[in-house]
Amino acid sequence: MAVKHKPKLAVWKFASCDGCQLSLLDCEEELLAVAGAVDIANFPEATRAVVRGPYDLSLVEGSITTPRDAERIHQVRRASKYLVTIGACATAGGIQALRNFKEVKEFISIVYATPGYIEALNKSTPISDQVFVDFELQGCPINKYQLLEVISAYLNRRKPNTPPYSVCLECKRRATVCVMVAHGTPCLGPVTQAGCGAICPSYNRGCYGCFGPKETPNTAALAKRCARIGMSDPDLVRAFRTYNSYSEPFRRESIAHEQK
Amino acid sequence: MSMPMFSLTECFILSQKSFPRLFEVLQAKGYQVIGPTVRDGAVVYEQLSSVDELPCGWQDDQGGGTYRLKRRADNALFGYGVGPHSWKKLLHLPAYCLWSAQTENGKLQIAPGDGPAPKLAFLGVRSCELHALAIQDKVFLRGKYVDPAYRQRRENALIVAVNCAQPSGTCFCVSMNTGPKASFSFDLALTEVIESGQHFFLVETGSPQGAELLGQITEQKATQKDKDAAARVVANAAAHMGRTMESAGIKDLLYRNYDHPRWEDVAARCLSCANCTMVCPTCFCTTVEDATDLAGKQASRWRKWDSCFTMDFSFIHGSSVRASTKSRYRQWMTHKLATWFDQFGTSGCVGCGRCISWCPVGIDITEEARVIRQNDGITLTKEQVHENQKP
Ligand code: SF4
Ligand code: SF4
Ligand code: SF4
Ligand code: SF4
Repeated sequence: MAVKHKPKLAVWKFASCDGCQLSLLDCEEELLAVAGAVDIANFPEATRAVVRGPYDLSLVEGSITTPRDAERIHQVRRASKYLVTIGACATAGGIQALRNFKEVKEFISIVYATPGYIEALNKSTPISDQVFVDFELQGCPINKYQLLEVISAYLNRRKPNTPPYSVCLECKRRATVCVMVAHGTPCLGPVTQAGCGAICPSYNRGCYGCFGPKETPNTAALAKRCARIGMSDPDLVRAFRTYNSYSEPFRRESIAHEQK
Repeated sequence: MSMPMFSLTECFILSQKSFPRLFEVLQAKGYQVIGPTVRDGAVVYEQLSSVDELPCGWQDDQGGGTYRLKRRADNALFGYGVGPHSWKKLLHLPAYCLWSAQTENGKLQIAPGDGPAPKLAFLGVRSCELHALAIQDKVFLRGKYVDPAYRQRRENALIVAVNCAQPSGTCFCVSMNTGPKASFSFDLALTEVIESGQHFFLVETGSPQGAELLGQITEQKATQKDKDAAARVVANAAAHMGRTMESAGIKDLLYRNYDHPRWEDVAARCLSCANCTMVCPTCFCTTVEDATDLAGKQASRWRKWDSCFTMDFSFIHGSSVRASTKSRYRQWMTHKLATWFDQFGTSGCVGCGRCISWCPVGIDITEEARVIRQNDGITLTKEQVHENQKP
């Protein structure tokens, strides 16, 4: 059964590139259906009109990187009945979490003319480090069909189908020839969560891990194999340190190769 | 090893020059020909429009987690070992819409899922693959609950088998008694003979349909000499298996080694990526997903390939009962080689070697079985047993 009153949807932005929010606008054909099914109450990328909270469904993009945002996320949580994080930034800290492996003050002094104006936290962290999150949608950026699936599942009161298994299942279902086995191209697919549709292997490239760790990822075994087909330890550090570098399994694996 | 026999049915000769006729005749009968072709560095099964798309002059090097194509010295059309695809993808579809529903003016309407089955001719089916088809037939067609989608596609399929001449480095059909010679369940079976300047196909018929087709292509009967040449091809293949597995008593071996330390060892290497189950021609497991539209007016139910390597697969009442990779690998291997016998009366493994080649980390079912056999019944300390019995 669909939810009776038209639910209010809000989209919130923290430290991010806007790519995930844009996948909602990218829904083109389905956008009217979205607008028909929910009241878009707060979505600065799409409209300046703001409807006051509370909100039934909040989509949160971006990670927490400033003291101000660390406060603001609590306000968002208080105003939201159901909070969904969208994308690698909100779910794992994003590409900006690369700073977590270094001393951020050093960057600030190099990058900014007047470092005194910059107020940044030492680490970029996922939303779930600050507040309770009802559902996390992985991906950098998220897949628009998965976003529609999450909204649709919410509206129809069912569990979203965003399987936590490996990219390999999607790869095999679409009959792609495995790039790891047939070409010797390192691929993060076996430790990465499905959701993109296994795009990269279908273009003869290895998976970059945009969708973050899958359930029970064995990163050590994959890294060992990747080393055997030619990756060096610095290569492995870089492979695990992209958009989901601060997710626990990828973080641990990258550190293991840094220390070698 | 005795020589394979070619005398049960009458054999014919199809010359290399008249081979394209096979395509013409099949297409004229309304079949889409699905067969081997080279794509992205592997021999895959796809729709073919002509004989030119066959993997002429190609063969492969296969090992644990590796597959590479290489050139042959001759221009054999079927000189390769099985690749990543199996015929399963055409009969038991990777994703299949079971049904859809919509509400209009408050009335619910239910429509059937995917449309009618196409008429497919499978060209180049290997002996192990015939056995795999027979195994999936048992799964989907036997007993009370017949799968209508599978049945339609299966009944429509015409099978042109090709006996193996060049097994791959991971093949072990001889160990599993499933090859390399096609012995049943085909419409036509070819043996490609290339010797002393000759290149021809010896053809056996396995059904009236096959005989009728062949009648339109060739009437040239095979001589004893031709049959001997074909028998040599198959005998040579049988002598060149890339792997072996001692299959006698394997069921009891695995049953009594449920607590073997090797399971822990393989779990450390296994990615739980599910590739082995996806490429296995007999694995049949699926998950069901419902899709709904935003307005709550349309819904559809999808069936998709799933695997015992996923957590959701064994999610029962609050959690997964096979949470560890150890228990998942053990489920896969024990199902293939042991519990399958109790469930379906045969082995669940036909020795095609795909799970070995296409495992990204090269885990080898024959090697795992060998190690368990070598240390049959190895005793664990009490603490190890306890550790081992965790889910
Ligand atoms: S190409 Fe990558 S994602 Fe696809 S099956 Fe191979 S390892 Fe998995
Ligand atoms: S278990 Fe492996 S070797 Fe046996 S049939 Fe399946 S894929 Fe082939
Ligand atoms: S091995 Fe696993 S995926 Fe394959 S048929 Fe058995 S339970 Fe299903
Ligand atoms: S045995 Fe290999 S292919 Fe199968 S799940 Fe483990 S790593 Fe993946």
